[in-house]
Order: sequence, then structure tokens, then C-alpha cells
Amino acid sequence: MTDLSNQTVAPKVVQKSRLRVFLDSDIYYTFRRSPVAVVSTIVVTILVLSAIFAPLIASTNPFDPASLNLMNGFTAPMTPNAFTGESFLLGTDDQGRDVFSTILYGMRVSLFVGVAAVLFAMVLGITLGLISGYVGGWTETIIMRTADVQLTFPSILVAMLIFGIAKGFTPIEYRDQMAIWVLIIAIGLSDWVQFARVVRGATLVEKRKEYVEAARLIGRTPYAIMLRHILPNVLSPVLVIATISLALAIIAEATLSFLGVGAPPTQPSLGTLIRIGQGFLFSGEWWILLFPAFTLLTLALSVNLLGDWLRDALNPRLR
Amino acid sequence: MALISVKNLTRVFDVSKPWLNRVIERRGKAFLTAVSDVDFEVTERTTYGLVGESGSGKSTIGRMLVGLLTPSGGTVEIEGVNLATETDAKKVDVIRSDIQMIFQDPYASLNPRWRVRDIIVEPVVARGGDATGLAERLLEQVGLSALDAGKFPHEFSGGQRQRICIARALSSEPKLIVCDEPTSALDVSVQAQVLNLMSDLKDNFGLTYVLISHDLTVVRHMADRIGVLYLGRLVEEAGAEDLFADTKHPYTKMLLEAAPQIDGFGREAALPEGEIPDPINPPSGCAFHPRCPIAKNICTQERPDLREVGQTRVACHFAQ
Amino acid sequence: MSAAVLSIHNLSVEIPTRTGVVKPVDGVSYDIAAGEILGVVGESGAGKSMAGNAVIGLLSPPARIAKGEIWLNGTRIDALKGEAMRRLRGKQIGMVFQDPLTSLNPLLSIGDQLTETMLTHLPISRSEAEKRAVAALEEVGIPGAAERIDSYPHEFSGGMRQRVVIALALCAEPSLIIADEPTTALDVSVQAQIIALLKRLCRDRGTAVMLITHDMGVIAEAADRVAVMYSGRLAELGTVRDVLTQPQHPYTAGLMASTPLASAGKERLHQIEGAMPRLDKVPDGCAFHPRCEYAQDKCRAAPAPQISDSHAACWFPLIAEKVS
Repeated sequence: MTDLSNQTVAPKVVQKSRLRVFLDSDIYYTFRRSPVAVVSTIVVTILVLSAIFAPLIASTNPFDPASLNLMNGFTAPMTPNAFTGESFLLGTDDQGRDVFSTILYGMRVSLFVGVAAVLFAMVLGITLGLISGYVGGWTETIIMRTADVQLTFPSILVAMLIFGIAKGFTPIEYRDQMAIWVLIIAIGLSDWVQFARVVRGATLVEKRKEYVEAARLIGRTPYAIMLRHILPNVLSPVLVIATISLALAIIAEATLSFLGVGAPPTQPSLGTLIRIGQGFLFSGEWWILLFPAFTLLTLALSVNLLGDWLRDALNPRLR
Repeated sequence: MALISVKNLTRVFDVSKPWLNRVIERRGKAFLTAVSDVDFEVTERTTYGLVGESGSGKSTIGRMLVGLLTPSGGTVEIEGVNLATETDAKKVDVIRSDIQMIFQDPYASLNPRWRVRDIIVEPVVARGGDATGLAERLLEQVGLSALDAGKFPHEFSGGQRQRICIARALSSEPKLIVCDEPTSALDVSVQAQVLNLMSDLKDNFGLTYVLISHDLTVVRHMADRIGVLYLGRLVEEAGAEDLFADTKHPYTKMLLEAAPQIDGFGREAALPEGEIPDPINPPSGCAFHPRCPIAKNICTQERPDLREVGQTRVACHFAQ
Repeated sequence: MSAAVLSIHNLSVEIPTRTGVVKPVDGVSYDIAAGEILGVVGESGAGKSMAGNAVIGLLSPPARIAKGEIWLNGTRIDALKGEAMRRLRGKQIGMVFQDPLTSLNPLLSIGDQLTETMLTHLPISRSEAEKRAVAALEEVGIPGAAERIDSYPHEFSGGMRQRVVIALALCAEPSLIIADEPTTALDVSVQAQIIALLKRLCRDRGTAVMLITHDMGVIAEAADRVAVMYSGRLAELGTVRDVLTQPQHPYTAGLMASTPLASAGKERLHQIEGAMPRLDKVPDGCAFHPRCEYAQDKCRAAPAPQISDSHAACWFPLIAEKVS
């Protein structure tokens, strides 16, 4: 046996830390070389952090009636108010709320709904995709045909339908509190199909591989094989879809809120702010509409660019 | 004593198109008989070679031996237990841990997201066994370093991965390892390393191998007894020496003649006739008759049974 | 060697990567004469296919020819680009790959593919081309060639497809055929048929063949001369009989000894320890020295000497064992 053991000249290798592995990886290398990816990551990070720490950054809590001064209404950006002399970075709206603060708080709602909806869609889609890919047969047929049928409806329509039904079942006094959660479920339910399809496809590939056979051979349960063996190997396409879906979910939420079926005015998202702002565009108070709209655009665009880059970076055929 | 006993083993695959296509095209179901009526026994601590070209059913037999596929007919008994019908869960578990498999593709047979240590001890841990230091010990036994346990599979070459597969197969202390083309994805110099390792381990651990391969030279080097398959049927079975010294079936002769030889400079081999027929519609009678140089009328009508001629079992009307 | 159809001088192929430039082919030279079959043998990663791809101008970027010359029938072709290269490839070089489906257009009948290729490269009429197409298919042993001329590639079995590919490669009467692992995907019995076919057709027409394979047995039976490659470099070059029976390079010797021989018994196989180095970790000096049982200080310090037809790229060739 001794003549076999010098196959690997074993240097004293310390197990590489996860960070080290990441910094050496091809992904990090392509990341550093792509200005688009770097810039959009920075933008997304700034936006997310400012949404999370909104209470610390914003000068006022715009939804606390006590902090509002109606006299400050319609102040233009960077101009002192004619009555109070106060100046606001991005101006104020009709009720004297600081637009900058409303954007921060609105982004909070938008991001929370987007992320939660994508997580919900992801969990649902991965579960159903894994099961239909691994089990096959009638289970697969039922799940995937349901997905096909759902895909023939535009997702906004599906979300509005779900939103409408849920609203009908909710007592009036709880509607505002429920609205956010209904939004999340509505957007999530209209979004799971993509995850399920991709995960099913990847599962079909992985389950034929010999490491899965090796696990079946020793009598591991289908549950253990799906979770421990297949799941970690189908996650990279899921990551790409999750990022791109996040951008879409944020826009879907804004659309629903803009149409008035989304976040309530007491808890406005960017979409609600845009809806409120559009009434003032032609009366000259452009800032109430344009600043939230620009924020939404920047957020959705940079998340989307990040997703695009991720898709290219994780696609081995392009490398 | 026979460790494996295979009787009338048959496996049929449904290769029909989906239901709707069949209705529209007015076609019936289509079946592929990948293995039919195969009998053999494997003695403990020997190596049994299964040889055949594509469509011979050799891999299907291997998968039925380890329980990855259930037979359509016939039985596989390992130490007297039939895994497909045995209901005693304890017995099944004991037999399961006695059987392991090594696969052809060293790149697909290790989970890329697992560390080598976890891969190797999985057969033990899955049964709730204690695996402290086991991976390190096994890695050294297969000629790798204990320090490799913390690495991921992509850090290894094809030959090293196959060693890791062998270490995993050994971890549950099996009696039988089914090796499905264990070296056909490897380069010649690495193949030699793996074959030597397999021989060493067989002696050290008292293993029994079933070696499935298309490569006659590899099987000849390793096996004690060899079964030759053609279109799902065993056509000849003999001890390794007898098979090569006194070849009885015309198909085996053809295979031996056709295999390229590294000392066959400018050899003009007698060329094989035709190609392997479609296994969905195999030829009548003896499946080999359209390619057989000695085929007579009887071969097109009557399928020869596997019969004993000396030490050999052969399925040919004219073998003697 | 003046009659060489293909002549490669000191060819190097480079691929720039983020950690530096790797050389999958490093200073390789060989000639192939008309009617000769040169076997190029080596293990995976030895650069044997990359050298073939460089000749036909099919290196996929960022891989590029870094230095050296490639001459085909007295014309230098390594600097040819685009259209000129494509015309030359179709007319003068035929290709046979491991997977026949990569060389056949699935949407055209094989008859169309053959006639189109001939019409592009030969000064003949369409009816003449169609006649020749049937003849070409008969020659490669397709039964009922006249009836099957309108069949599509998917209607043939793997072995038959490879025969069609050979007919296609030869129909424009090229002077060189590059066959890259032509039989690796085929069964043993079909492999023998294809190799015999390739051998017969090229002998008859005086076509030069570069036969790239990992299988020493195929080389022994088919090739006239053999080039053994290791880690992008030539290890040994010579007639098949010389190289295989009296290898001078320890790598060739090790390869031969590690092949399970049909005639040998069950004794342990000879082992070359380790594996071919990765392209970005090729050791200094002779690339084979870490695995070589005869390695000395000189092998670690200086690159192996230039190869020629009479000696291998080794400081200490195994001449002592040579009996002649």
C-alpha cells in the first residue's frame, strides 16, 4: 500500500475559510471586473441600508401626525417655506410631510413586500419543483399543469384577483393591517411558477447523476435525498431568478399600490406615493411625484442589473 | 458458497411515447427487454466480470444486483435474501450495508456541494453509526491523504475522485462491491492505479466484486469468472482462462478479434459483420444470427439454451 | 520529409487566464506525408486535440496560436483568417470528430450534404455530384446507398453516422484528414470496422491522416508513425513499431506497461504515480520529472531536449534496453 500513498504530495493544508474561498472564486473575479455589477451592488446596498435605518436617517416620521405642520405644505425642494422658513431637501407634499422621509419609509414598505413575496414564492416554488421533479408521475403532471394554467394569466391580474378575494373576506377595520400581508401572498402566488419550473428542470438533471444513486443505494429516504443532496445543487439558478423576481415584485407592488389595491395611505409604499404625487404634477408640484418615481426606477433597475450579471456569471456556457 | 445467486433475471422497460401521442399515432405501447432470463452465481471473494457492448443489459443487471432497479421477473438473492421481496426491515438493512457500488463517471458520482469527509461517511452516518476518524482512515487506505477529508470534490482529478468513491464504498464494510465501468472514464496510467488498488483492497478486506465493463482486457485482468452478454442474454460464461483460451461462442470470438491490441501492428483483423440490432425488435431465434459467420437455418428459428460444454456454459447451437 | 502534406514547426498555443498564460500546446513539431497515418496519442489534457484544432483554425478564443508555423502542401496556413481559412478547411482538410452529430447538419439529407460539399469545392455538375455522392456512400459501406441518400442523419445508427461523416470528409478529395477520437463513442465491434475503413480509404487515395486518440491499441493497429504527447509537449516521435516496442521516453514506456495486455496474466499492472499536471501547474524542467522513476537533477533544472525522429524528448532516454 505504501507505493500508492504518494499520489497526493500532502502539504500542510489548512481548511480554507468560507471568505477565502469566496475571494478566490471565479464569481468574485468576474464581479470585480464588471463595473455594472459593482455600481448596482453599491446602489442596492445604499438603498437597502437607508430603508432599514429610515427612522435614524429621516428628519421626521412622516406618518406620525404629531410631527406634521400643515403650514409646511407644498414646499419646493431646497427652498425655505414662505411661512415657517423651514427648508426641505426634496420638498414637502400637500400635508407638509417631508418627501425625503416619505421616500425612505415608502422604500421600507416596498422592499419588505418585495423580499417577503419573493421568499414566499421561492419556498413554494422550490418545494413544488423538487417534489414534481423527483417524484414524477401524476404528482408532477398535476403540479406542472397547474403552473402552466397560471402562467397564461398576467401575474398582475392574478395578484389583483387574490387581493380582491382576500379583501372580500376581511372585516373593514382590519383591512389596512391585512393589506400588506395580502399583497405579499398575492405577489408571491403569482410568482412561484418560475421557481418551480427551474427547480424541476434542475432536479431532473441532478436526480440522474450517480451521487444520487449512491445515496439511494444505501437506503436514504427520498426526503433526505431531496433536501440534503439535490437541493444544494439546484440553488444557483434559483438565486438568479430570485434577484430578477425581486425587481419584478417591487414593480408589481408599486403597480398594485398605484392602482389603489395595494399598500394603504396610512402605510404608503413607493407606489402609493407615486399615486398621491400624480395629482400634483400638473399643478406645478412636480417633486411630489418625480422623486419617489426616480427612487423606484433606480431600485428596480439596479436590482435587475445585478440579477442579469449574476445570471451571466453563474452560466458556465458563457465563461 | 455463492454470495449472489441470480435466477431467470428479466427486466423490461416501458419505452412507450406519452399516452396522448399513442392515441393520435394509433400505436401500442413499446417495451424494451433490457435483460432476459439471466442466470449466474458469484462465489464469495471472487471477481465476476460482466462483459458486453451497448444494449447488452450489463448496467441494468448491475443496478438490479444492488437494488436500484427491481426485476420484472426472476430473482436476485444475496446471502439468501431477496431484496425485492424481503419484508423484514432488519434483514434488508443488513444486506444493504453489505452491498456497495462504484460508478463510471467520477465527476457525477460525488456531490459537488459536500466535503469529502461527509461523502465518505454517509453510508455509516445514515444508519446512525459512529464515523469519528473513519474518513481519514479510509482516505489513507485508498492512497490519498487524511488532510483531503476537508476538501471539496472539485479539487481532485478524475483518478483521485474514483479513489474517493472507493473509500465511500468501503465505509459500510461491505462484502460485495458492484463496479460499473469503474475505469472507462480514466486515462490508461490512472486506470492502472485504480485497478491495482481494487486488487489490493479485495485481498485486504475479503471483498467480492462484480465488474461490469465493455473492455475485455480489463475484465480479463481482474475477473475469475466472466459472463458475456449480448442483447440482454448471457451467451457464454466461463472461467477467465477458459474463456480466452477456448472461446466457444462466435460473438465472444468476434469481440476478442475486434478489440484493438497494442502489439497488433498493422493487424488486419477479420472485420465484424453489421451492428448491434435494435433491442426493441430483436432478431428471431438466436439474436446474434444476422452477424454470425456460422449461422444456419436453425439459428433464425430456435433460440439456443445456455448449456454446459465442459467448464463453459454457452448459448449456441453449434458450440462444442 | 519534403513530400510532407502537413508540416508543423514549433507550434505553441496559449490561453490567457486570470492567473497567467497557460500553454496547452508548447513547441510541437511534426510532419505527415501523403498516404501516411500519424497517430497522436496522449492522455486527457495532453494537448493532442488542441494541436489538431490549431491546424484547422478552430481554436475557440481566447486560445490562440502564440508561435510556430503550420504548412499545408507548401502554403503557410497558421495566419489565415475567416473566409480563406474556411475555404481551405473545406477543400483541403477533412474532419472526423468523436460525435458524428457535430459534423452533420440535422436538417439536410445526407445526399444534400454530400453534393453541396462537392459542388462548393470541386468543378463538377450537379448530376455528377449526385452520382458521386451515391458512390461515396457505397464506398464507406452504407448498405443500399442509392435508397438511403435522402435519409437524414438521425435515421442512422452511431456507426453508420460515422461512416457518413467519413464519406463527407473525403468527398471534396482533401489532402489531409484530421480524425479526433473517431471511434471513442462506438462499440468495440463497430470501432474495428471504422478504423479499417479509414485506413483503407486513406491508403487508396494517398490522403494524409492525423489520428488523434487515447487508445494505444488503435494506434498500434492503424498508424504508421506515432507522436506521444505529454502536458502539451511532444515526448516521443517515431514509427509505431519502434516507439511501442522500444520506447525511449519513460512516459511512453510507463504507458505501455500500464495497459492490461491481452496476453499477460493477473500480476500487478505497472503504475505511473500521480497524474498529468494541470495546465497552470506544469513543473519546471521536463514536465514529466515528478512522475518519472529515472528523474535526476538535470531533469528538474532544464527543459527536455529537442525531439527528433531518432530520439525522444528526454535527457536520459531508455536506450540501454534497446536491442538491435
